[in-house]
Amino acid sequence: MTEENSSITAETVASHGLSPEEYDTIKQALGRTPNLVELGIFSAMWSEHCSYKSSRKHLRELPTTGQQVICGPGENAGVVDIGDGQAAIFKMESHNHPSYIEPYQGAATGVGGILRDVFTMGARPVANLNALRFGSPKHPKTPHLVSGVVAGIGGYGNCVGVPTVGGEVNFHPAYDGNNLVNAMTVGVAETNKIFYSAASGAGNPIVYVGSKTGRDGIHGATMASADFGKDAEEKRPTVQVGDPFSEKLLIEACLELMASDAIVAIQDMGAAGLTSSAVEMASKGEVGIELNMDMVPCREEGMTPYEMMLSESQERMLMVLKPGREAEAEAIFKKWELDFAIIGRVTDSKHMVLTWKGDTVCDIPLAPLADNAPCYDRPWVVTPKAKALGNVPPSGSITDNLVTLVGSPDLASRRWIWEQYDNMVGADTVQCPGGDAAVVRVHGTEKALAMSVDVTPRYCRADPEEGGKQAVAECYRNMTAVGALPLASTDCLNFGNPERPEIMGQIVGAIKGIGEACKALDMPIVSGNVSLYNETRQDDGSSLAILPTPTIGGIGLLSNWQNSTTVAFKNTGEEIYLVGNSGKGHLGQSIWLREIAGREEGTAPTVDLAQEKSTGDFIRAMIQDKMVSAVHDISDGGLAVALAEMAMAGNIGATVEAHDTTLPEHAYYFGEDQGRYLVATSNAVALVSAAEKAGLPIFRLGVTGGKDLVLNKQAVSLDTLRKSHEAFLPELMQ
Amino acid sequence: MKAAVLVFPGSNCDRDLAVAIEKICGTEPAMVWHQETELPDDLDLIAVPGGFSYGDYLRSGAMAARSAVMSAVVKQADRGVPVLGICNGFQILTEAGLLPGALMRNAGLSFICRNVGLEVLNTASSFTRLYKKNQKIHLPVAHHDGNFSADEATLDQLEDEGRVALRYTENVNGSARNIAGVLNKKGNVLGLMPHPERMIEAAHGGKDGYNMFASLMQVVA
Repeated sequence: MTEENSSITAETVASHGLSPEEYDTIKQALGRTPNLVELGIFSAMWSEHCSYKSSRKHLRELPTTGQQVICGPGENAGVVDIGDGQAAIFKMESHNHPSYIEPYQGAATGVGGILRDVFTMGARPVANLNALRFGSPKHPKTPHLVSGVVAGIGGYGNCVGVPTVGGEVNFHPAYDGNNLVNAMTVGVAETNKIFYSAASGAGNPIVYVGSKTGRDGIHGATMASADFGKDAEEKRPTVQVGDPFSEKLLIEACLELMASDAIVAIQDMGAAGLTSSAVEMASKGEVGIELNMDMVPCREEGMTPYEMMLSESQERMLMVLKPGREAEAEAIFKKWELDFAIIGRVTDSKHMVLTWKGDTVCDIPLAPLADNAPCYDRPWVVTPKAKALGNVPPSGSITDNLVTLVGSPDLASRRWIWEQYDNMVGADTVQCPGGDAAVVRVHGTEKALAMSVDVTPRYCRADPEEGGKQAVAECYRNMTAVGALPLASTDCLNFGNPERPEIMGQIVGAIKGIGEACKALDMPIVSGNVSLYNETRQDDGSSLAILPTPTIGGIGLLSNWQNSTTVAFKNTGEEIYLVGNSGKGHLGQSIWLREIAGREEGTAPTVDLAQEKSTGDFIRAMIQDKMVSAVHDISDGGLAVALAEMAMAGNIGATVEAHDTTLPEHAYYFGEDQGRYLVATSNAVALVSAAEKAGLPIFRLGVTGGKDLVLNKQAVSLDTLRKSHEAFLPELMQ
Repeated sequence: MKAAVLVFPGSNCDRDLAVAIEKICGTEPAMVWHQETELPDDLDLIAVPGGFSYGDYLRSGAMAARSAVMSAVVKQADRGVPVLGICNGFQILTEAGLLPGALMRNAGLSFICRNVGLEVLNTASSFTRLYKKNQKIHLPVAHHDGNFSADEATLDQLEDEGRVALRYTENVNGSARNIAGVLNKKGNVLGLMPHPERMIEAAHGGKDGYNMFASLMQVVA
């Protein structure tokens, strides 16, 4: 082993993001000093991004099973049964660090990566969603980042022909130096045609397909496992460059080959590229792997094995074929004008062996690489309880407040964003962006999938556990509000530096809350991703961490798309009801408090999971029975904002009186108490009696009609609301 | 009805178009790969789908226009076979010289996906005969390069000869004279940026695109 065994110094080890202790473990595992190729491979596999070394211990607490689950975490994506021999395959993943350094390519390759995770399992991708967090709208970099990220997501998703159907966006100064791009893909497969990644069969050929390997993205996984210093922009070469055209060809070629039975195992080359795909396939299959680096298709001349193993060039796949099926597979990939190369074979050595120009340049036992990766129990402290808010005086009229709120950064219309995404390609999009959840018909059937991504980071900062619960509950509510039965979820956990006990405390708290809620609402976590070190060092030497942002992506099932409903008021003269609980006017951590009173304080609202479940079941039943014509959950901005959204969407006003006059008006209308829905009905008597029968609180608020929203006799026109609602993003992005 | 849908590397509305044709016209179209040099005989329709053929690299539609199958399409178009190009299909047809003008980057420089208002101006063609003259319809657009451009003389000629099939009712993408779809001289080739195949059933929120396919069906029957 001569080629790259330049002596490893302490600096080399540190520059690979490995601690001295981790380096000692490597030496013990090998029984010798690693060469540079081997060190690079260990550093990628043991990066936070690939190994989950800080979070793994706590992730084990999450519920991951259920009758509906075909495959939980551990594979490329989670698989859920949707009946009739079909499965939904989905996952959400972060691409935060790259999207800050190079927003267009960072976001584009985030979409490309999550698409591959889904179609590598045999599913045709049917929908993309994304959850984005940016810094303050006033920060000079924010418009540039928004524009680049949105164009990147659109540029990739539009070209591959997968509709981008939903998402959420927040702005907060805590993301000034670390924006978040979380991308989710949902695909549909036949349950008897699902492909897994465990390699098997000594002697079987290992095949590389897709694009060639270049020098882009080397050390991407290591970069994404550190915080940003002042040199964030200098890390641009670690960002990958995407080619959605190649991805589209790769999707079609893979699905064409998957229609046969030639594939034994398949895995996309994502973070840590060829290294992680080869290691994961071999270690899952408890076999060995031997690769001839001379056979790897390269884009540039003179690439070394070190570069080939650590490149994160996009649009590549690794697969194990059945012997004798190479020619048939090659013909398909050639037809789609993609590279196809047999680069090695499965062995029974349980080692990964790489050869190059006749020399062995790497020989690592697989067990320590994958299974024995470090797992830390990092010290953590419980997040201190936030102080209760106490009484906050009103500030201006509620209608003026409402106009301000519907135009505020977190509540303003996202039209400027989603009109840049092809949200209809596939011709199965039943509900476009702008509602509670997206609804996409399962092609060729009457069934439909509902999907939503949710988290309220400001709640998570005040109380990680309640915030974690709330993220799941809101996702559950959004799917319920369109009439879908929530099936399962994926999590994308974005936090700061886990080596700080207070950040680790946020992680532990959020996971606990998520776990409880997923259990109570029967939405097991079937896939996910963790993104840590979302922090930037400040001029004064301190470090600014993002708000804790554990994003939850959920999917739900509708047996017939025609049974879905939307937020829009449909008819004049219908009655409006509040279902779930009366609400206590909870203004702590609310949007009203931040945007109107200029304060970010108080406790997060609490979530009663049993009540969520019973209310959700009731709402779905009412939608199914056609008892309600419009449904909207109450979330950010409270009851008044939910009413305004229903009125604007339907272009029909409403006249409403507070049902509880003991609360101050502003707390009643803008409080963010959880577990509540607004519904419109022309069937009030039956609706109320059904609610009473189910033991659920229900309150009449008013009636639809006119072109104004009238709250306690104070009117504001829909035109005024809409003007404010539509202005924010176009003005920011001018 | 005997129809063919072309498939280029990067086409992504080919399936949607095939579904619409089968649903409305009753027969499954042949899917024809871009490397074919011949098209089936006796076609009643050649449909060129939307998407990003060849990744929109070079210019949208430019490389697809030079693929093997397009020579066969030009021959059949000359013989009078109806050719329908939607979105990227429209771009390909202008690049292939079957339709005048060019589709440039949207005036706002961003991709635009939304339902837009349209007016049907030509109701004589095989594609539009079931619409009423000056009928206002809504169809979705989803494109980055939909800004129709041609010199003034060509635009005048198109208008004079009734070859502006569809006009946007608002300025969507900067297109000259708000032109959304044009016909060739003989009237058997239509290119349009909006997607009729995405507006043919209740699940799409409307059926304003249905008659484009039903019109073709009526011609055959």
